[in-house]
Amino acid sequence: MSISIQAVRKAYVARGAERLALDRVDLEIAAGEFVAFVGPSGCGKSTLMNMIAGILPVTEGVIVHEGRPVRGINQHVGYMTQADAVLPWRTVRQNVELPLRFHGVPRRDRAARAEAMLDQVGLAGFGGSFPAELSGGMRKRVALAQLLAYGPETLLMDEPFGALDAQLKLLMQEQLLRIWTARRQTVVFVTHDLAEAITLAQRVVVFSGRPGRIKQIEDVALPTDRDPFRARFLPEFERAYTRLWEALAPEIRRGEAA
Amino acid sequence: MSGLAQAAGALGAEVRSPAVVALEAAGRSHRRRVLLLRVLVGVGFLALWYGASGRWIDTLLISSPDLVAARLWRWTLDGTLWNNLSITLLATVLGFGIGCTSGFVLGLLFGRFTTLAEVFDPYITAIYSIPKIALAPLFIIWFGIGIESKVAVSAAIVFFVIFLNTYSGVREVNPLYVHTTRIMGGGEGAVLRHVIVPSAAAWVITGLKVSVPYALVGTVIGEFMSANRGIGYLISQATGLFNTTSVYAGILVLALVGAVINTGLKYLEAWVLRWRGAA
Ligand SMILES: Nc1ncnc2c1ncn2[C@@H]1O[C@H](COP(=O)(O)OP(=O)(O)O)[C@@H](O)[C@H]1O
Ligand SMILES: [Mg+2]
Repeated sequence: MSISIQAVRKAYVARGAERLALDRVDLEIAAGEFVAFVGPSGCGKSTLMNMIAGILPVTEGVIVHEGRPVRGINQHVGYMTQADAVLPWRTVRQNVELPLRFHGVPRRDRAARAEAMLDQVGLAGFGGSFPAELSGGMRKRVALAQLLAYGPETLLMDEPFGALDAQLKLLMQEQLLRIWTARRQTVVFVTHDLAEAITLAQRVVVFSGRPGRIKQIEDVALPTDRDPFRARFLPEFERAYTRLWEALAPEIRRGEAA
Repeated sequence: MSGLAQAAGALGAEVRSPAVVALEAAGRSHRRRVLLLRVLVGVGFLALWYGASGRWIDTLLISSPDLVAARLWRWTLDGTLWNNLSITLLATVLGFGIGCTSGFVLGLLFGRFTTLAEVFDPYITAIYSIPKIALAPLFIIWFGIGIESKVAVSAAIVFFVIFLNTYSGVREVNPLYVHTTRIMGGGEGAVLRHVIVPSAAAWVITGLKVSVPYALVGTVIGEFMSANRGIGYLISQATGLFNTTSVYAGILVLALVGAVINTGLKYLEAWVLRWRGAA
């Protein structure tokens, strides 16, 4: 088991009042598994990711990652946060190289790996640019290149492709799937796009509206070496989409009404 | 034509499109106009000064540009200028260096250990409210009339500016950057080097820019009070003798020194903060 989330609750204390963000979440994620989280916005998906990464403490329960309870910053995951975390004072190349440097990769290999990764996310030739000179979608791809270049065994990705247009999104999904098929990392992937969740994941976890609870878990019957361009035309895709939408829609409507 | 340009671009040659060329030309002509007007303002001021001196205002009070120029020339030839300027510069640079380094290190420390900052906060506020110039006589008692007391005055002034700016800069660091850098495998040292310091750099540079004139002021005030060398000493001697020409010459030298240092810092700032982008 790669990630084991056991009876986790998270309450934020804001202005003297406690507000429940996540309630009794239990989930086991196997090593090498690709899991997607979907749910109405504000249901605590990012909160859960932050707790797996050790940025936030759990209020109750425990999260175990690779056999170790997560306490404090978890350096065994790679985390692509929802907000932009690319360092603005480093060039694109320097950003991608930074974790390689921390992991003791020699200087020459760092440059080669960074270049190759930037090429894969369609940013060849932008290595010398500063993040301020790129679009939001390009910065997301820098973060993706950085994450994939240093190769952590567990990837936490919080709405990584949200800022990309539909075509680019498909290309990035294809890249990610290809890399995952070859390397078989454990991936936790948050998205607000049901189709994206089904296209990529082996399992899709639906969260209820605030406070977030796991409402449904859907096994996606598509083959793991699927083609993201064609997957959406398969009957298995449609079936999964219908069932997930039936679980998700009332939660979104509840959120709208509230 | 455009096909050729594209081909050249693909080969990596720097191709400047007509739009870029036009924009650059417009920028150049604008800069030339500004420069011309600047020179005109300067010349106009000198002419006014020259005309007023002895005609509307007593030359004893405002001297005259030609006299000041002649005085500066004489100082340059007989070594007076360098003999005094060197000591003022040395004191300023030393004071600036000591003040910056200690202010930066302590600012980082307090920024990272907030409890420390909370404990010391009222004392820092109290000391900060003292006009540091008021310490100058004390420093002269402690360190004598040599260069040490001037260095101490400059350092005391610069220290606080840099300390407070660094501290604020460190407090402003986006915690997300700290977290993600640590998750990627960075230790405390890496976070300091790759996140905290570059993030605080904008604040620190602002502090530097503000404190350069202060460092100069600190030194000169020290020299006013008691010294036997330095531009401040030169000015105060001349004042005692009602020698306004020398006073103006000394002030001009200080203005030039300040301008040169500030220009240097402006370039430094542009380079350090180049990541902010022209946009
Ligand atoms: N730092 C915080 N302090 C207080 N409440 C927070 C904080 N961060 C998030 N929340 C609340 O927790 C809930 C879950 O937020 P989040 O995890 O960002 O949701 P999601 O990523 O699913 O959109 C939201 O209702 C949000 O208002
Ligand atoms: Mg979120």
